[in-house]
Amino acid sequence: MDSAAMEELSTKMEPPDYRTEPSQYKHWKLAFDGPVATLTMDVAEDGGIRPGYKLKLNSYDLGVDIELHDALQRIRFEHPEIRSVIITSAKNRIFCSGANIYMLGLSSHAWKVNFCKFTNETRNGIEDSSAHSGLKFLAACNGTTAGGGYELALACDEIILVDDRSSAVSLPELPLLGVLPGTGGLTRVTDKRKVRRDHADMFCTNPDGVRGQRAKDWRLVDEVIKPQQFPEQVKARALQLAEKSDRPANAKGIALTPVKRTVDDAGLHYEYVDAQVNREARLVTLTVRAPESVPTDMMESVKAAGASWWPLQMARELDDAILTLRTNELELGLWILKVVGNPEAVLAFDGFILDHQDNWFVREVLGMMRRTFARLDVSSRSMYAIVEPGSCFAGTLFELVLAADRVYMRDSQDSENVASVVLSRMNFGALPMVNHLSRMAARFYQETGQIESLRKLIGKKITVHEAMEAGLVTAAPDDLDWEDEIRQALESRAALSPDALTGLEANLRFGGSETLETRVFGRLSAWQNWIFIRPNAVGANGALKVYGTGAPAKFNWERV
Amino acid sequence: MIDYTEKIPNNVDLGRDRGLQRALEHWQPAYMGWWYDMGPNESHNYDVYLRTAVSVEPDGWAQFDYVKMPEYRWGIFLQPRDMQRQVNFGMHKGQSAWQEVPGEYRSTLRRVIVTQGDTEPASVEQQRLLGASCPSMYDLRNIFQVNVEEGRHLWAMVYLLHRYFGRDGREEAESLLARRSGDADNPRILGAFNEPTPDWLAFYMFTFFTDRDGKFQLCALAESGFDPLARTCRFMLTEEAHHMFVGETGVTRIIKRTCEVMKEHKLEDPSQIRALGVIDLQTIQRYLNFHYSVTLDLYGSDLSSNAANYYTSGLKGRFRETKLEDDHVLSEAEYPVYEVIGDKIAQKNVPALKALNERLRDDYIEEIADGVARWQRVIDEAGIPFKLTLPHKGFHRAIGNFAGHHIGIHGEVLTAEEWKKHEDEWLPSAADQKFVQSLMTGRVVEPGKFANWIAPPLRGINSKPLDFEYVRFN
Repeated sequence: MDSAAMEELSTKMEPPDYRTEPSQYKHWKLAFDGPVATLTMDVAEDGGIRPGYKLKLNSYDLGVDIELHDALQRIRFEHPEIRSVIITSAKNRIFCSGANIYMLGLSSHAWKVNFCKFTNETRNGIEDSSAHSGLKFLAACNGTTAGGGYELALACDEIILVDDRSSAVSLPELPLLGVLPGTGGLTRVTDKRKVRRDHADMFCTNPDGVRGQRAKDWRLVDEVIKPQQFPEQVKARALQLAEKSDRPANAKGIALTPVKRTVDDAGLHYEYVDAQVNREARLVTLTVRAPESVPTDMMESVKAAGASWWPLQMARELDDAILTLRTNELELGLWILKVVGNPEAVLAFDGFILDHQDNWFVREVLGMMRRTFARLDVSSRSMYAIVEPGSCFAGTLFELVLAADRVYMRDSQDSENVASVVLSRMNFGALPMVNHLSRMAARFYQETGQIESLRKLIGKKITVHEAMEAGLVTAAPDDLDWEDEIRQALESRAALSPDALTGLEANLRFGGSETLETRVFGRLSAWQNWIFIRPNAVGANGALKVYGTGAPAKFNWERV
Repeated sequence: MIDYTEKIPNNVDLGRDRGLQRALEHWQPAYMGWWYDMGPNESHNYDVYLRTAVSVEPDGWAQFDYVKMPEYRWGIFLQPRDMQRQVNFGMHKGQSAWQEVPGEYRSTLRRVIVTQGDTEPASVEQQRLLGASCPSMYDLRNIFQVNVEEGRHLWAMVYLLHRYFGRDGREEAESLLARRSGDADNPRILGAFNEPTPDWLAFYMFTFFTDRDGKFQLCALAESGFDPLARTCRFMLTEEAHHMFVGETGVTRIIKRTCEVMKEHKLEDPSQIRALGVIDLQTIQRYLNFHYSVTLDLYGSDLSSNAANYYTSGLKGRFRETKLEDDHVLSEAEYPVYEVIGDKIAQKNVPALKALNERLRDDYIEEIADGVARWQRVIDEAGIPFKLTLPHKGFHRAIGNFAGHHIGIHGEVLTAEEWKKHEDEWLPSAADQKFVQSLMTGRVVEPGKFANWIAPPLRGINSKPLDFEYVRFN
């Protein structure tokens, strides 16, 4: 099957569903033992999410990663007693051989890019939970650890490699496939593990990788252990890592009930999130709804609600909507962000969440919100926020304004019913982007004076002229012109080159400083995506295309 | 200063190659340490009537004399160079054969050589205790010959690593001595080489079946565009033939002895046959089934992109590549493989490039079938109505398209439970092995004497009589 046929088939198939649960897993086993969870990869060869390839040697596709993402969520929310997580494999002498090459060879460019983005986000999520939630991750590499398999290990806090004189860690993408280790591999080898650049150069061009003591000497792994001591030492190390955690020993988790949604021609509909599609205009109106009222006893409401507690349910629904739209609605290039509901309720939730970060569950909810909003920043879609009378851009939901590429606020004449926005403490650091800055700090390039004066506005209703003055909105069309201004703004955006817009937005959203994550999403992904469309990778004789056929790759030797 | 040409017979100009000398100065003592630790148990002081290759000339490659095995002159020999030789297949077909490692194939070639090299010391380790239960001095000498030659084959691979792969090669050469067959912490690379060789029937079966895999791998590497590898393997093949001779004649002699007893006592019931101290044909069939099926796995997956890459790159050819009449590029050719669909085994054509493992396996099966037919002739000549058969290709497989399925001896697709019911009928049971080993509790070493369960060979080694003192225990 060639990629055109694959694409044609894909369009006829059920779009992938990011919702799953452990009883439906085909590829992972999740086990709990005291404070340690073990996530065991045991990929079903015939369990690919698309036809045309076999998932041999613990290689993965989107379906495998969807389960990994879900398993992490289960550990975060359903098992607060878990403090460290061992990621390992059930296969003999194979830890994981990375993304399935035949799947990549058959996939469209868009599918590959979306797949890599999601896998990157999942790996970032592992590091996010390590940094913020007291969950420590240990990669127990009990066999060959190649490509994406090593990248998964790199996302963990520590890597232990079995020392059986043949199992190696490797990033063979470049020599074997003519592409990059694009799920953070290059970046984590340098920025996180601080492998010297000449060692990294050797490592990334040798398809056999590095094993044993040298892997440790080069900082590619933390420890190498003989097979017979391996399980015992992994366990011991996982228990040591668990000791560092502040997760509660006796708390009871909450059940992550399935996210409910209906799908119809109009779009995706959830309780608190709605995605209304307009195919002709190639846009989606994404509306988030806040509650109408404030719970009187917030702590009680948390306990009673569990997964249906508004901040969590809203974040899970928004997360699912973002992932679904990104995967299945490639042509809807402009997302209109709107919010309805009671701003007071959002502010009450914000205050409660920030004041109860010593509660494991509240902390996890904030983490979920943080990771979900962070997906927006790296989505290759234009985003416009629309602020109108009755909208509810307050605190947490004001992050949608800050995430947007442009913000339009209606300048209404009716003094009874004017649009306003409200800031909360949430906008000043609790929900950082992947550059580790709040969206507010990023917007104003960390200029302290401006940010401090905005901080003074916390809790106040900010009307259109104040918002313009404070730099919080892009334009404030007058009531009289509003409809037409907005229509023109949308139409002109929708007419621009989608590729160039993706590049433009990715550049403008992350001004200023870089982090490991921005380097993954920017430098690494951008180069990878360029390589992915070059004939040297995907032309008829490109390295990725001919891999596995035995036919030689033919390169155009010009350096560009 | 070591006299290398005396100590290490060679045709690679070792006496003037300082780099190679330096590499061997470190490795040779480590090799000796390995031989003392892992070579045949308690054998170091024996004088053994061994064949030593001292040159590649017709009179040089098989010199017989008594030698203490630790003093064996393990040499380095390559088939003499053919100046006209070309790369004969793949994308480089028609180019002059490479005399140095092409940089782009360095790591692939190194991996191929290391994987092949690792099997050589492994089989010595697997067989190191068998001397204690040998059926005759002749057989004891033969296993020692096999062992020293496996050692020489290790030398051959180490020569390539030392001469052509720099520091990496030297490190890999050390690792070849550091792995241990069956050591869970430090295993040999291929699974089959971590299984013990518990008795002499298993040893003969191993040398017939598994050493023949070695032969086919060497044949494929002997076609390599990397000329030193090709020439090394060609010379190794001359020695490999003896190993398979030991295996084939060993099993032949066991069958012959069993048939004699059956005929003499007019017996067919295995338990009655066993009671007379010989191995029943049914047990021999089960050993055959086991060794055949695990050896088939050594060829790898039916569809292999590695094998395709090796071929296209000109690193590893097909069996008798240059005798085959086709384009030697295989960009269009197809080859049939089998797969299990539901409860049926179906054949399908796939690109021949990807099916090279399967093709080599099929070539092997053809040769094996001839050998089994020769064993059958012994039974037929004795007039005993018993048929030795090769199991179906899919039987008891753990690698390739049949892996994970439960294929019966005749190719029937079974459930796990159905298969399990037949297991003791098809594969050697613990009781079978216990019985076979009960025949081999001590060694038979009086010159000219043979254990009851095996017939004497037709002739001795190097035209010596059967009662020649092949091993002096000192």
